[in-house]
Amino acid sequence: MTPNITTMAEMAAKGEKPEILFWVGCAGSFDERAQRVSKAFAQILNDCGISFAILGSEESCTGDPAKRAGDEMTFQMQAMMNIQVLDAYEVKKIVTACPHCFNTLKNEYPDLGGNYEVIHHSTLLQQLINEGRIKLKDGGAFKGKKITFHDSCYLGRANGIYEAPRAVLEALDADLFEMKRAKKNGLCCGAGGAQMFKEAEAGDLEINHERMEDVMEIQPDVVAVACPFCMTMLRDGVKQKEQESTIEVLDLAELVVRQNG
Amino acid sequence: MSIIAFVLLSAAAIYFFAKRIVAVRRNIFLGRKETINDRSSERWAQMTRVALGQSKMVVRPVAGFFHILIYVGFVLINLEVLEIFIDGVSNNHRIFAPYLGAFYDVLISFFELLALGVIIACIVFLARRWGGLKRFKGIEMQGFPTRDASIILIVEIVLMKALFIMDAADMKLSHGEHSFLVSSWLSFWTEWFTPAQLETISHTAWWFHLVGIFAFLNYVPYSKHFHIFMAFPNTWYGSLDPAGKLNNMESVKSEVKMMMDPNANPYAAPASDAPLARLGAKDVADLSWKSLMDAYTCTECGRCTSVCPANQTGKKLSPRKIMMDTRDRLEEVGKNIDQHGMEFQDGKSLLGDYISVEEIRACTTCNACVEACPVLINPVDIIVDLRRYLTLEESNIPVEWGMMNTNIQNNGAPWKFPASDRGNWAQNNG
Repeated sequence: MTPNITTMAEMAAKGEKPEILFWVGCAGSFDERAQRVSKAFAQILNDCGISFAILGSEESCTGDPAKRAGDEMTFQMQAMMNIQVLDAYEVKKIVTACPHCFNTLKNEYPDLGGNYEVIHHSTLLQQLINEGRIKLKDGGAFKGKKITFHDSCYLGRANGIYEAPRAVLEALDADLFEMKRAKKNGLCCGAGGAQMFKEAEAGDLEINHERMEDVMEIQPDVVAVACPFCMTMLRDGVKQKEQESTIEVLDLAELVVRQNG
Repeated sequence: MSIIAFVLLSAAAIYFFAKRIVAVRRNIFLGRKETINDRSSERWAQMTRVALGQSKMVVRPVAGFFHILIYVGFVLINLEVLEIFIDGVSNNHRIFAPYLGAFYDVLISFFELLALGVIIACIVFLARRWGGLKRFKGIEMQGFPTRDASIILIVEIVLMKALFIMDAADMKLSHGEHSFLVSSWLSFWTEWFTPAQLETISHTAWWFHLVGIFAFLNYVPYSKHFHIFMAFPNTWYGSLDPAGKLNNMESVKSEVKMMMDPNANPYAAPASDAPLARLGAKDVADLSWKSLMDAYTCTECGRCTSVCPANQTGKKLSPRKIMMDTRDRLEEVGKNIDQHGMEFQDGKSLLGDYISVEEIRACTTCNACVEACPVLINPVDIIVDLRRYLTLEESNIPVEWGMMNTNIQNNGAPWKFPASDRGNWAQNNG
């Protein structure tokens, strides 16, 4: 089923404004695996009757990877253009499933004139569950399944969000196991700081393979993630360990949809 | 005679210490200007919690516990040092004793217990270092840094021993008037000496402790041990923002503003005659002064490096090395200024001569090092500033990053997909 998704432009043409903008991000827009997360999240917003829109072709990279690679010029150009678009639509509230977009929009845009209420989808999911707007089936798909959560650096250490994703997982009625390096001590997947877009520097092993050692200790059915780049890195790690048939890597939004599906 | 010697020695010790502090302060302010004085009540709270309250030390309970033993001992035994100091100026011995009566013995016994705690903690720390705890190894720890740590621990043990010797000798000389808890357990040797000899031993121990303290005072600002002072300002000035927030470069802001403004005149005279500031950081003076303060605060504990994902997977990056290199280069720049004046250039720089491109390229900006630091040092700020210089001034970036930046500029995504397709996922079935 394809969720019903409108763009800000379509809404504006009808003289409407959504309650919240869903900032999809580059991965959520173009990466095939992350697109499924975008769809799952849009599905949830639909089901909860939340009025939302995306920017579609008017959305552009926040500039996060350029900034962290040292290209401040490209970052600030992107930021200024995005702020113009967001302000033109009088956007007040933004939700995104990407911790990198979340961090940049929330922490680095205000200083350049872009002031919005920005939340990560894990926080919104937690709110919707708490308010009873998402009703998770008892004995759904994940009841009794072993799940572990991989903290994204840009959600966790960077912004102190550790509890919201765990609250979502607890609502699934699954068995939540923590890896030895979790929360503040969580180990990076290796993608941040624009590493996603280049080969790693010379070393003994890849960071995502190191992270798989923590995963393998748990032997989970599902590794839950809340970041499209962690998703890519951990799926690669699962493949490297030849665990594709036993360990699934799923985003929080997908878990919620699948529990009820 | 002894008063004159004491006053001269104190004056010299304080003079050289003050001179060093002035030099360090000058070096720190060679860094890029940045105003950090907002939200001062939060800053006092942060300093109280992190520096005074040692909140991040106890994240690792064993090291945290023994560190607190040394820390509390150091702070409180200073009250006894105050007495030693007053005794020195007034040519007295144990000047507070008559005023405090029996309570004096309780107080000194309490200090002795603290001193015992300090000795035990120092022995544990030496055992951890000499026993080969992995955290204290690493390329940046060879030579002076490892020796420095041992010197400090041994000197602390010796200074505490001097206190016990003095107390035990005085106790014996007082014929039962004084009784100090720990030194009475260790006073068997006082039987072997005459009162006159004990008098000399006590006096020598007093001088030894005093000279030791002054030597320590003047060694500390050249040592990793400088953190005992620097931890306080560094946590006060430490960031109150979410760790993920990077600063937006001011120099780039004005450029971007001009590029976005259709009415801007690109040929207009620049606002001032000042030479264009370097973009990003090549050398220490290009870094924020706070990064330079961070460098002087670092005590080389290596908690940062032990949690760094790049370091753990065998890459060259070590956040501790970033901080030590920054301090060592800053010291070198400071010495150059002392010897040759402000304008002198030695042709060296932090990036290249100290920190390699490969090291800074390995960082994932995951902030594990920032989270791990007990005194709020931020190696990521330095790494990003060095990356900015490479990218903006030298166009020295990996080919893949070059393509990524071009893609972002041309089609608004790090990959080469047409911007017009960005919303397609929302229409496709599947």
